[in-house]
Amino acid sequence: MSNLFEFACRMGDNSLVLGHRVSEWCGVAPVLEEDIALANIALDLIGQTQLWLGLAAEIEGSDRDADALAFRRDVWDFRNLLLVEQPNRDFGHTMMRQFLFDAWHFEMLGALKGSDHTQISAIAEKSLKEVTYHLERSTDTVIALGDGTEESHNRMQNALDRLWPYVGEMFLNDDCDHIDTSSLRPAFDARLADVLGQATLVQPDSTFTHKGGKTGARHTEALGHMLAVMQSLPRAYPDAKW
Amino acid sequence: MYAQMVKSTGQGVKSLDEMDPQERAFQERINAGDKIEPKDWMPAGYRKTLIRQIGQHAHSEIVGQLPEGNWITRAPTLERKAILLAKVQDEAGHGLYLYCAAETLGVTRDELTEMLLDGRMKYSSIFNYPTLTWADMGAVGWLVDGAAIMNQVPLQRTSYGPYARAMVRICKEESFHQRQGFDIMMKMANGTTAQKRMAQDALNRFWGPSLMMFGPSDGDSVHSAQSMAWKIKMNGNDELRQLFVDQTAPQAEYLGLTIPDETLNWNDEKGGYDFAQPDWDEFFDVLKGNGPEAANRMEARNKAWDDGAWVRDGMMAHADKKRAAKLAAE
Repeated sequence: MSNLFEFACRMGDNSLVLGHRVSEWCGVAPVLEEDIALANIALDLIGQTQLWLGLAAEIEGSDRDADALAFRRDVWDFRNLLLVEQPNRDFGHTMMRQFLFDAWHFEMLGALKGSDHTQISAIAEKSLKEVTYHLERSTDTVIALGDGTEESHNRMQNALDRLWPYVGEMFLNDDCDHIDTSSLRPAFDARLADVLGQATLVQPDSTFTHKGGKTGARHTEALGHMLAVMQSLPRAYPDAKW
Repeated sequence: MYAQMVKSTGQGVKSLDEMDPQERAFQERINAGDKIEPKDWMPAGYRKTLIRQIGQHAHSEIVGQLPEGNWITRAPTLERKAILLAKVQDEAGHGLYLYCAAETLGVTRDELTEMLLDGRMKYSSIFNYPTLTWADMGAVGWLVDGAAIMNQVPLQRTSYGPYARAMVRICKEESFHQRQGFDIMMKMANGTTAQKRMAQDALNRFWGPSLMMFGPSDGDSVHSAQSMAWKIKMNGNDELRQLFVDQTAPQAEYLGLTIPDETLNWNDEKGGYDFAQPDWDEFFDVLKGNGPEAANRMEARNKAWDDGAWVRDGMMAHADKKRAAKLAAE
């Protein structure tokens, strides 16, 4: 398996898994404007998935297409970050997960835009426009709810504490990464400090990080349940075209 | 049709001679095809009936997200998932414009929401039916959106300006929804044996409930007569139902599917199909709250509203703090 294939799967699986999680909010968000915004974000992420997994399929050059990669691989072949497979829990967890991912995704796509691989650069450029908006929204939401009522503050702090051990994996680097992901950390940290400050939230001081998502070595249990739902139709009716 | 059996004044239509000068001037504007705008004078009954109708329509869009949302996480390809997400997002958008249109009549979105959640206001009976297979996503687009369009296209000419304008935008999106529903049905009807079975099963389950969407025959309903005089209802229920059957029967034939009505037959004389009435006892049961998924729909909406309270409160508290800080800085 080529490094480039692995990398395209990492990017595509992140957007697929997070897009799926966000789509689970359909029709049950706290307020109508959030229903619309969450559907919009999920839609962008699924669109990005089509591009990244399409590229992965092209690199692989076998008979698998983007849909086969999305719907016919099992847990151990997924290459998404552990952060994005975490369940929605409440709206606070969902938006904190979104902010942490968006803040990384924004820096990542910014760096990939400069890639000399024309397809990677083009996908990054297109996605960055969408992700700039995702980051703006998740930043505003984290600040508003962190600095809202006592309950909203506590829920956001709780979400941050719970998700914090999944942040470090975003910056672990190996040969498959198209750029040095560890180089994105200073810009991420600076933004995090600024936003958490405005949100009156406290950054946990632990440096422990769970890992195994982007390498596929050890996902969390949550991913298997997600795939069981997501892949149910193509698995049950393997000959069907939809 | 996302608004069914909307009650108006119940007092019958007054003739122009029976109206006082203000009401008569209002009715004459409507008769002349003028649009009524939020700041214009309007009879209390017109305002009340419109709030009921637009509110019910908005609620239908909101509750209508649930049966389709039921399949977003199980859409079988990335493209189908994206299309379905876009569709459900459009529906939330329709809910938003319609609540805005209702707000111009002096009721808030929160008030309307409370009335939906405690059962004082209704939503379309169709959304109380379950979506059981992927073919239901096709059937909902093809039949349910198809039936809705029949009613909504004429409503673009309704007398109340904000409602008519909301409907223009909604109709554009609804016709896209109907096409994508039909596209799913084509794939299913021309697919594997299992897919064909799913397509036929979806048609079997959604045919009757789709015919019910137009509501029972108007007969001599005083509510319908008043709403038609005010041009907030543009056509009779039977007339729209006939149009729907006439449009849909050849499409079913094209798909190679059988409409579950043995009496369905082209009638040369009337230039339309003869067809059987749906089970109106079932319709009234559903209207009373006994739809197959009714309790689940209301439970899901109530849970979303209750679970979201801390988010809405938090957002408001933050906005208040920002406003206070801005004032202090001035």
